[in-house]
Amino acid sequence: MNRRTRVILSIIFILIIYMFVFFAERYLDPFLKRILNTGFIYVILAVSLNLINGFTGQFSLGHAGFMAIGAYTSALLYMSPQEKLSNFFMEPLISPLDKIQIPFFWALLVGGGMAALAGFIVGAPCLRVKGDYLAIVTYGFSEIIRSLFNNLQNITNGPLGLKGLPTHTNLWWTVSWAILTVVVVRRIVDSSYGRALKAIRDDEVAAENLGINLFKHKVLAFVVGAFFAGIAGGLLGSLLMTIDPNSFSILFTYQIITIILLGGLGNITGSVVVAIGFAFLMEGLRFVEMPMKIFNITIPGILGMRMLIFSILLMITILFFRQGLFGQREFSWEAIANLIRKGKVKK
Amino acid sequence: MGLSLFLQHLVNAISLGFVFGLVAVGYALVYGVVKLVNFAHGDVFMMSAYFMFYTSLIFGAPWLSAVLLGIVLTALLGVGIEKVAYKPLRKYPRINSLVSSIGMSFLLQNFAVVVFGGIQRSFPVPEPMKKTLIIGDVRVQAVSIYTIIFSIATVIVLGLILQKTKIGLAMRILSRDFDTARLMGINVNRTISFTFALGSALAAVSAVFWALRYPQIFPFMGQYPGSRAFIAAVVGGIGSLKGALLGGFLLGVLTVLLPAMFPEYSGYREALIFVLLVIVLIFKPNGLFGQEAGEKA
Repeated sequence: MNRRTRVILSIIFILIIYMFVFFAERYLDPFLKRILNTGFIYVILAVSLNLINGFTGQFSLGHAGFMAIGAYTSALLYMSPQEKLSNFFMEPLISPLDKIQIPFFWALLVGGGMAALAGFIVGAPCLRVKGDYLAIVTYGFSEIIRSLFNNLQNITNGPLGLKGLPTHTNLWWTVSWAILTVVVVRRIVDSSYGRALKAIRDDEVAAENLGINLFKHKVLAFVVGAFFAGIAGGLLGSLLMTIDPNSFSILFTYQIITIILLGGLGNITGSVVVAIGFAFLMEGLRFVEMPMKIFNITIPGILGMRMLIFSILLMITILFFRQGLFGQREFSWEAIANLIRKGKVKK
Repeated sequence: MGLSLFLQHLVNAISLGFVFGLVAVGYALVYGVVKLVNFAHGDVFMMSAYFMFYTSLIFGAPWLSAVLLGIVLTALLGVGIEKVAYKPLRKYPRINSLVSSIGMSFLLQNFAVVVFGGIQRSFPVPEPMKKTLIIGDVRVQAVSIYTIIFSIATVIVLGLILQKTKIGLAMRILSRDFDTARLMGINVNRTISFTFALGSALAAVSAVFWALRYPQIFPFMGQYPGSRAFIAAVVGGIGSLKGALLGGFLLGVLTVLLPAMFPEYSGYREALIFVLLVIVLIFKPNGLFGQEAGEKA
């Protein structure tokens, strides 16, 4: 199969997705749309974190911090001055920010840019700090962000957070950014950069001896990963209509790590499928917390049961599906073509 | 700030420092031997507080025996967790066990929410611990003194176990090299189980002192001391027990003294502590007391 066929097939596939989005935006009920939106935001997060953790082998726990930066930066830019005024009643917002309002798209981009800058700052110590220690430094970074946002009352409104954010996020936005993330990460991974990243993951010392610039490549992974995390943060803020520093805690990073682990480290297909499945699962499991009636016996809903079942599922996956649910199998047109051919042979 | 107020803060800082140090030592012990960043340590800590709470509540056991029973139960829990969540992953890359410990931490927290309920409960504090000594203008709680004495005693006992006993020797060898240890005829599984039992027992001991200081127990109580132990162990040089104790001590002192000296910036306390952590790691990537090990990350 040559390159042109593959590109054409991909474009057709993307068009089909957009047709789905068109009908989904019109006919699906708001609840389902919300789950789908969350799912596609998880896709952006999981694929971008997979670039850092899965392909480059730099175990980062900082994704929630990048998200927070993106969410706050973009929210402060796309909210109208009136909306900001009603939020900041403890202390007024600092000067230029309280008058600015720019369109959602540009606000998102600036948010992503700020997160990318943070990614550069976090990625820089990578050269000295390795392995478990890097996990700790990135965790520390995300806690520093949370602590700063809790205290910078005149920029972030402190622990009160921002409320009444205008809803711009819809499936058009989330699906487009998800596709862009997948395409960009896939392009990076398949390029010479990607081969260098994988070499660093497999053996850092050997990679360096081969002349791979460790610093450049590690920082690249962090900057790109952080950029998309920032975008996802901006989208999530506008979807939930409210953000506060504590919603971007380490728990959120753990959830994203769960997704990439379930999908398989360094597997984009796995991240995408599991991210959407995860959004549905988290909503679907809500029924266990509601009262149930079985054979006239009412079982009262137990609070926290959803998360308990979730963590048991997580442990089962970690222990029994060590390569993730998808292992190293990536989605590609060749694989599908092979599958069809095999099917024909069988007939 | 007057001298007596400063001394007052210093006493609080030192006793909190020892609690942090004790949590960090249990954490560093497991890391040192098994090379596992055990995210679930704080949650084992939390479980032990509940064990003690329920044994004293249900059986009406006297305080000390409830504590002892709690320590034994926690040690068993630690061994069980190792068998279920870490042992099957020992041959795989370390990131697998790292994530497994994150999952275990999740599991324990949510288990506690479902089984024990999400509300806070008050931990029973025995009468002698509630006393307050007044020396000059400084009020010293009995708990603080007990904490300092028992922490030092615990660490000495731990040091003796590591240096003088056969199993301690096995643990030290294991921390160097698993395969060589196996060839030398060391029962690796038993030694690791013992390490986890010891580490969890230390978590339980530190939970006692924590709960005496802050007598509120709830399913997420392990997060804060757990993450502090994590930082303390790293600042001290992960795997070094002395370093962990000292790192914890330093952290406790900073946690109390920074906001006391600069009250206007007290909100930034958490950020400052993490900045300190990052700076230490950038300049001394192996922590203050870590060995310059040649092992790959």
